[in-house]
Amino acid sequence: MESFKKVISIITPLDKVNVDTDQIVPKQFLKLVQKSGFGKFLFFNWRYDENENKKSDFVLNDSKYDDSKILVAGDNFGCGSSREHAVWALLDYGFSVIIAPSFADIFFSNCFKNGVLPISLNQKIVEKLQQEKDAIEVDLEKQIIKTSSEEIPFEIDSHKKKILLEGLDDIAQTFQYENKISEFEKKSKIPSVL
Amino acid sequence: MGNTLFEKIWESHIVVERQSGPSLIYIDRHLVHEVTSPQAFDGLRMSNRKVRRPDLTIATMDHNVPTNDRSLPILDQTSAIQIQTLEKNCKDFGIKLFDINSPNQGIVHVIGPQLGITLPGSTIVCGDSHTSTHGAFGALALGIGTSDVEHVLASQTLWLEKPKPFEIRVEGKRKNPHAVTAKDIVLSIIKNIGTGGGTGTVVEYCGEGITDLSMEQRMTICNMSIEAGARAGLIAPDEKTFDYLRGREYTPKNYESLVDSWKDNLKTDSDAKFEKHFILHIDDIAPQVSWGTNPGMTCDVTEPIPSPDEFSKGDPNQKKGAEKALDYMALEPGTLIEDIKIDRVFIGSCTNARLEDLIEASKIIKGQKISPNVRAMVVPGSQMVKKQAEELGLDKIFIDANFEWREAGCSMCLGMNPDILSPGERCASTSNRNFEGRQGTGGRTHLVSPVMAAAAAIKGHFVDVRKMDLS
Repeated sequence: MESFKKVISIITPLDKVNVDTDQIVPKQFLKLVQKSGFGKFLFFNWRYDENENKKSDFVLNDSKYDDSKILVAGDNFGCGSSREHAVWALLDYGFSVIIAPSFADIFFSNCFKNGVLPISLNQKIVEKLQQEKDAIEVDLEKQIIKTSSEEIPFEIDSHKKKILLEGLDDIAQTFQYENKISEFEKKSKIPSVL
Repeated sequence: MGNTLFEKIWESHIVVERQSGPSLIYIDRHLVHEVTSPQAFDGLRMSNRKVRRPDLTIATMDHNVPTNDRSLPILDQTSAIQIQTLEKNCKDFGIKLFDINSPNQGIVHVIGPQLGITLPGSTIVCGDSHTSTHGAFGALALGIGTSDVEHVLASQTLWLEKPKPFEIRVEGKRKNPHAVTAKDIVLSIIKNIGTGGGTGTVVEYCGEGITDLSMEQRMTICNMSIEAGARAGLIAPDEKTFDYLRGREYTPKNYESLVDSWKDNLKTDSDAKFEKHFILHIDDIAPQVSWGTNPGMTCDVTEPIPSPDEFSKGDPNQKKGAEKALDYMALEPGTLIEDIKIDRVFIGSCTNARLEDLIEASKIIKGQKISPNVRAMVVPGSQMVKKQAEELGLDKIFIDANFEWREAGCSMCLGMNPDILSPGERCASTSNRNFEGRQGTGGRTHLVSPVMAAAAAIKGHFVDVRKMDLS
């Protein structure tokens, strides 16, 4: 996983609450067996009509947002299905920061496994950020979002911050505790399936 | 101070605990399916890693399997590749697979309990959000993403932040338990607490309204915990739980001694503290029908569709969401639920495709024909459910009424296989999600119980099933 330090970009406002992972990547695109190439399916049913022409009223189809790396959305972002394809699609499309008042738990956890930073902020601050026209800076090290007019601090668990900053392989980290896992297995009473 | 059931299971599975942040939790059961696992197995190969505990891991194919004749080849090449990939991965890594021809194939959350693989007090994960189903047995059962699937395959553990315990107490007795079902209870809960109401929590369902339920009904309740945003949902095990698992194909040999220890340990202490509480009184609840594009957008069958103002109670974002939902669903506020005509009926999914669900629905169907304007299908949750239903003659009842009687799989709950709605079609569905396009691009889903779906199939529109003879 690539390390995450700082992102400077304009924001893409997605003014919707309860955006579920079925909308982020519709199910017809879940049949691939690799992680790459999901960006073209991101918000597919909102981006394209039935003839696969771009819908002019959807924000991602406005070319001024083409290079945006920061998505600012409504409450409970990423609810529903656990599909990690949703995060792969956001990342492959170009988003590495998602800001919302709240996130669904599984989506939130999936972000950190892929070098995507989800930031939850107060509803009022999110609404204000959605209006921001200039580029903003998201600095993970300092836990600060800088806009043209202010600095907004954000919270992140220190373990998760380290994983992102150093681009750590989760499994390699866990293998450092191999002896603890073996110890647990010796005393565990749960029988094997077979 | 005592502990909640969830806290007891959590404590007994800690491998590494830090001062702050996530703990490393041991996983007792890992269920794998074809859609969320290929990238995880690829990751293992790239790092030259093995599956640590193949003996705690099982796999099946459910999400994109066709539900028509199993002897025919799979026409969708991408689905076929995904299914073949799971076969190869299970072979290469030594994992027990219930493949498409196995009598034990089925939706992973239906077969786990049916085979006695799901156990009280255990930790269970699967790359699927409806893993919460297994909580009905007093297990801590979590849906996870593909990176975590890889992590569990490699280490049999997961780094998890400890969720907060949330008590949902269901009080009272339903007047007509055949018409007002577990599905109506859980939809009522979600309607009240909202789709984010359970975020960051593990729900424990308790009270007379829960202990009265059968195991299959309890699974319906726990299944939809995720629709309220909860990390998991669980119910303390009791004699019904222990009886259900006794003597199944993979029930452990030392089962009775396990039961003895579970009886002593697997309950919330009387002085335990929950961080959140909600009480639902069910004496007078009505059958529920969803009208919008998330499961919280639900009302009584007797009610008119609310206006965005009524629904949002002053929250401008919720109001916008409701306006968009009504537009997508092509519904007007004030329309009575019973006046909504339907095109399709789907009885299936990990929420409501177990034997009891099919028995209850068949009582409505028996001797009737579905409306000529409706296409209806039953997709049993597993091949075993299908076989048991056929032994009871339920297939004949459904087929005589012009239902399609299918092979097991997730089917039209998410429409990854050929079972989908056409744009604009309206469906009464026993599944769990009414998201835009969930059952097919442009399709319109109304979530209901199996008996409500069956009644709608006959009438061609929603109907209060309490008015029908269910004896």
